[in-house]
Amino acid sequence: MAEVLVYVDHVDGAVRKPTLELLTLARRIGEPVAVALGAGAENTAAALAEHGAVKVLTHDASEYADYLVVPKVDALQAAYEAVSPSAVLVPSSAEGKEIAARLAVRIGSGIITDAVDLEAGDEGPVATQSVFAASFTTKSRITKGTPVITVKPNSAAVEAAPADGAVEALNVTFSEKATGTKVTGRTPRESTGRPELTEAAIVVSGGRGVNGAENFAIIEALADSLGAAVGASRAAVDAGWYPHTNQVGQTGKSVSPQLYIASGISGAIQHRAGMQTSKTIVAINKDAEAPIFDLVDYGVVGDLFDVVPQLTEEVKARKG
Amino acid sequence: MSLRIVVTVKYVPDATGDRHFADDLTVDRDDVDGLLSELDEYAVEQALQIAEEADDAEITVLTVGPEDAKDALRKALSMGADKAVHVEDDDLHGTDAIGTSLVLAKAIEKAGYDLVISGMASTDGTMGVVPALLAERLGVPQVTLLSEVSVEDGVVKGRRDGDTASEQLEASLPAVVSVTDQSGEARYPSFKGIMAAKKKPVESWDLSDLDLEAEEVGLEGAYTTVDAAAERPARTAGTIVKDEGEGGKQLAEFLAGQKFI
Ligand SMILES: Cc1cc2nc3c(=O)[nH]c(=O)nc-3n(C[C@H](O)[C@H](O)[C@H](O)COP(=O)(O)OP(=O)(O)OC[C@H]3O[C@@H](n4cnc5c(N)ncnc54)[C@H](O)[C@@H]3O)c2cc1C
Ligand SMILES: Nc1ncnc2c1ncn2[C@@H]1O[C@H](COP(=O)(O)O)[C@@H](O)[C@H]1O
Repeated sequence: MAEVLVYVDHVDGAVRKPTLELLTLARRIGEPVAVALGAGAENTAAALAEHGAVKVLTHDASEYADYLVVPKVDALQAAYEAVSPSAVLVPSSAEGKEIAARLAVRIGSGIITDAVDLEAGDEGPVATQSVFAASFTTKSRITKGTPVITVKPNSAAVEAAPADGAVEALNVTFSEKATGTKVTGRTPRESTGRPELTEAAIVVSGGRGVNGAENFAIIEALADSLGAAVGASRAAVDAGWYPHTNQVGQTGKSVSPQLYIASGISGAIQHRAGMQTSKTIVAINKDAEAPIFDLVDYGVVGDLFDVVPQLTEEVKARKG
Repeated sequence: MSLRIVVTVKYVPDATGDRHFADDLTVDRDDVDGLLSELDEYAVEQALQIAEEADDAEITVLTVGPEDAKDALRKALSMGADKAVHVEDDDLHGTDAIGTSLVLAKAIEKAGYDLVISGMASTDGTMGVVPALLAERLGVPQVTLLSEVSVEDGVVKGRRDGDTASEQLEASLPAVVSVTDQSGEARYPSFKGIMAAKKKPVESWDLSDLDLEAEEVGLEGAYTTVDAAAERPARTAGTIVKDEGEGGKQLAEFLAGQKFI
């Protein structure tokens, strides 16, 4: 069976969930060979093997942390040349898309970004994408070279599928361009203890209606009662009430959880672009005409300052 | 020496309009009103600020697109850019990201540059890959997705807010930069700016000006193909209740019914 290269997103050896989802998709089109780079790369092997990686190619060097993107492209290209895979899958993070794009040009291939599903087809893998703020669904294929496809989080279920997952050292020679952009400082994002926004099963978001940074405590309390991640509209972010890393929408994160709860959010097209593919959508808004109500499975027309705390209490009571 | 800045701007169908596909499954750019991609306004704004800081700078705005894409160039010129280049050719219809980056890279080289500034993503394709592709093709550093950027003594510095960390980046010119919508509000064109823009030069280049063949671009040259595009079925109308004191409880009941609690 043809091998499929899977680029691993991990933090010091802890594999992030979207990569495990990629392995599920990779198994539909071939045998996954994982590529893990940087500090802790070897520690990813157990989790990757558990989810179907037949091989794990690893390499660590200071370049991965000290320079932007290009060292990773060099390494992925080295893996591509070593394996001659039938496809390359990369998680659709900002960096993942840049790595994938540069690889595609180097190997003379096409690229599809932000796939939400992937299946085997007669003429190569067929990617499903959700476009124009999720108002259209397309099926696309790469017609030249080896398909390079980036896949969004929550596009497939994580499945256990134990495989060999033997670790092999990858040989990488960095290109002259690898050290072009130096990372001169790095401030890690503080952990909130809540689930990662793009990976969460439930997202609770607040918008301009929340009316103040301090009031986001109401949104956070609801999120915590449900074990959810917290999101925000751009209006709330621009007002400085919540960090940009939590923004949902076209210029923020795109989320596709089982449940999305929007409070005090009108539902502008750019916001919908980031949440419209959520399975169940719920909104609380005092304006019955708000466009968000066109999307909902359940909507409450009312003041979020009444409805949200009552909901939180009820959730806590029911969960005991 | 003068700092030559090229800003890549895209003319896109209005996101608040009825965006759709044409019969050949390319984005319909004729039937829907277009405009300068809002995310590229941030690129123009940062170019203007960098030029204001530099002793001597010249900003060229560059677009690859259909005839109407001139509107996007005019808008950028009215914000304050100095001149414009429009790459226009019938054979470009249906060009994908790989092809677009090829055309842009050729045009950027022909125009001459020290710094390329792009938006974070186009609002229609939303791929966010063209800046990285330009850096790859031009063989210069990519300093992308910046929420803060400055240029001094031939070095570009910026802040990139990533998923797990915020990074400070630095590279020598020439380089390709892209900026996010966190980089600072874009200015509105002034009346004076709009009048002045009418007199600024807009050059038109076609594929032969860039030594490109028709087969390298367009639908024919594309590396990807869209086999099907379907409008997402409208969501079935949900239940909407008015809060009369029990809204939170009713919502909890719904969530429990869906097994979320
Ligand atoms: C290029 C571009 C990119 C963009 N990217 C994004 C993006 O990534 N994400 C994003 O979200 N937006 C984005 N936007 C902005 C978007 O167009 C909207 O302006 C934004 O989503 C509005 O946020 P909002 O719904 O919180 O605010 P508003 O539209 O002001 O809506 C607030 C809502 O809260 C309701 N409300 C007020 N008080 C209460 C209360 N007490 N109880 C209940 N309801 C209440 C009001 O009825 C109203 O419906 C982008 C715009 C552009 C041009
Ligand atoms: N046809 C085009 N003409 C000029 N610039 C473009 C074009 N397509 C993309 N760009 C630039 O590349 C950025 C990212 O676009 P994309 O990768 O398509 O999301 C945009 O913000 C523009 O700066």
